Amino acid sequence: MTKKITSLVKVACIGAAIWMASVTGLSAEETAAAAPAPEPTVEQRVAGLEAYMNNVDPVGSKVTGIAGPGHNAWLMTSSALVLFMTLPGLALFYGGLVRSKNILSVMAQCMGITGLVAILWYTVGYSLVFGANFASPFIGGTEFFFFKGVDSIPNTSYCYWISQNVFAMFQLMFAIITPALIIGAIAERMKFSAIMLFVTLWMFVVYFPLAHMIWGSTGYMNGVWNADAAIPAIDFAGGTVVHMSSGWSALVLCILLGKRLGFGHTPMAPHSMVLCMVGTGMLYVGWYGFNAGSALAADGVASNAFTTTTLAAAVASFVWAGLEWVLRGKPSILGFCSGIVAGLVVITPAAGFVNPTGSVIIGVLAGAVPFFACTKIKHIFGYDDALDTFGVHAIGGTLGALLTGFLTDASVNANLVSEGYAAKNGLKALVESGHVWTAQLKAMGITIVLSVVATIVITFIVKALVGLRPTPEVEEQGLDIVEHGERGYESHS
Amino acid sequence: MKKIEAIIKPFKLEEVKSGLHEIGVEGMTVTEVKGFGRQKGHTEIYRGSEYTVDFLPKVKIEIIVPDDKLDTVLKAIISNAKTGKIGDGKVFVMNVEQAIRIRTDESGDKAI
Repeated sequence: MTKKITSLVKVACIGAAIWMASVTGLSAEETAAAAPAPEPTVEQRVAGLEAYMNNVDPVGSKVTGIAGPGHNAWLMTSSALVLFMTLPGLALFYGGLVRSKNILSVMAQCMGITGLVAILWYTVGYSLVFGANFASPFIGGTEFFFFKGVDSIPNTSYCYWISQNVFAMFQLMFAIITPALIIGAIAERMKFSAIMLFVTLWMFVVYFPLAHMIWGSTGYMNGVWNADAAIPAIDFAGGTVVHMSSGWSALVLCILLGKRLGFGHTPMAPHSMVLCMVGTGMLYVGWYGFNAGSALAADGVASNAFTTTTLAAAVASFVWAGLEWVLRGKPSILGFCSGIVAGLVVITPAAGFVNPTGSVIIGVLAGAVPFFACTKIKHIFGYDDALDTFGVHAIGGTLGALLTGFLTDASVNANLVSEGYAAKNGLKALVESGHVWTAQLKAMGITIVLSVVATIVITFIVKALVGLRPTPEVEEQGLDIVEHGERGYESHS
Repeated sequence: MKKIEAIIKPFKLEEVKSGLHEIGVEGMTVTEVKGFGRQKGHTEIYRGSEYTVDFLPKVKIEIIVPDDKLDTVLKAIISNAKTGKIGDGKVFVMNVEQAIRIRTDESGDKAI
């Protein structure tokens, strides 16, 4: 049996190598066939430099087909910041909230997802989201399989000044953190193998199509950048793609998986609020890459997103802990941390579309609505969303997507009323009449239906193939020792 | 010889140690322990989930004293550890049959 699998893997590797060799051969021929362009005039060359300052197309100048240093530097920085959100930000945030016997399992899951998603992204994922040769509103194309042609030259369908390889890395970090968010709901009680299989299937069925629909140049719901978008919805940095998809899927998965052993009887208090706070701080800082980086340039939209991100998170943190103080008598560290994350989640779809006042309104609601979701709704329905992925990310993401529809301000982002795209697909009209929320509701509905239905199907497939839960003995002992052969803490050093 | 086991509030340890030093007690063993008595535990709330923590942190001091010093040492411990509130702790006294200093083989009171 093992031999058979090994030989199968070998055959697959050889096949992939041959395919990649043929791909490389093709691209060399294409390059040789390109004709030299005529020498641009001085005016055209100056216009190219102005285009760099204004983050627009430098067509006809001498700076086409190269990355703009400032914009590219910010996106490389942002990509690193978004990776930092997962490793170690989210790993510590979630790791501190589980019991000490399971901290390494959470960290292993975050790192396993990082590697797994990077491989999927390189082979097919990036192409399925940001390719275009299917000309489909629902899925990308095949032209970038195995990163074919994904080099330092910008892909002008998405940005004029960012190297496509940097753009692909930036988007990869989003693809990594999204499934990593799900593990918060199912922490302490799902087999590592089941999580890896679940994430693989989930990326294909939920993330790749959804990310294409929202951000792909031919995307179904890409109101800002697709003139033919059927639903002119807006999602700046991933309220639907990242937070709603992971949050709603997490709810379904945690219900199908069942509660942790002893849930409701034995104490399951966080084992380290210190690690949790450290992770939260990293998430806050990393989120600048997530939100301000989503401008895909170091421009005014990025500056505004930077500002709104800061305000929303700070306000939400203060409101969440303040509510605890009023209702329970003590402002807790977990309250501050939860508020920061909730504020960041809710501002995510709005960051580049609302003004500072809008972000403060978002901050207040982000501190209050997820607070009641985590402290009340969860107890009423009794599901074991261990670390509140649903309460924070699904409720927060849904709230954010909706509020974005009410609080957009075209003066902070001209793309909302652009003649090239927004005027054609109807977004401009919605912005001017204050009805963006109608498009948002449609996008939210599609996101929820896709996430919920797909997760139900995938969960049953995973259950049939490898099983979902470890044995009760393993769960009791903790996943660290049994699944990973290590312990987070030694009782005697 | 008597062994004194005193379970006290952690923040009173410094005062008790100074008090014992003043009356000439030269050694003690201190352990961080957890437990509960009439004070019971406390409640922790994480995102609306309440957990009752039964065991509170305390400090246990162990001292061996010659019979004639017992009352003075007990007085020093009790006066320094007292706050008058619930949870101040308890002191237990028991007989010790033998004590030996490993380095010199001295035994009895001389070994303390």
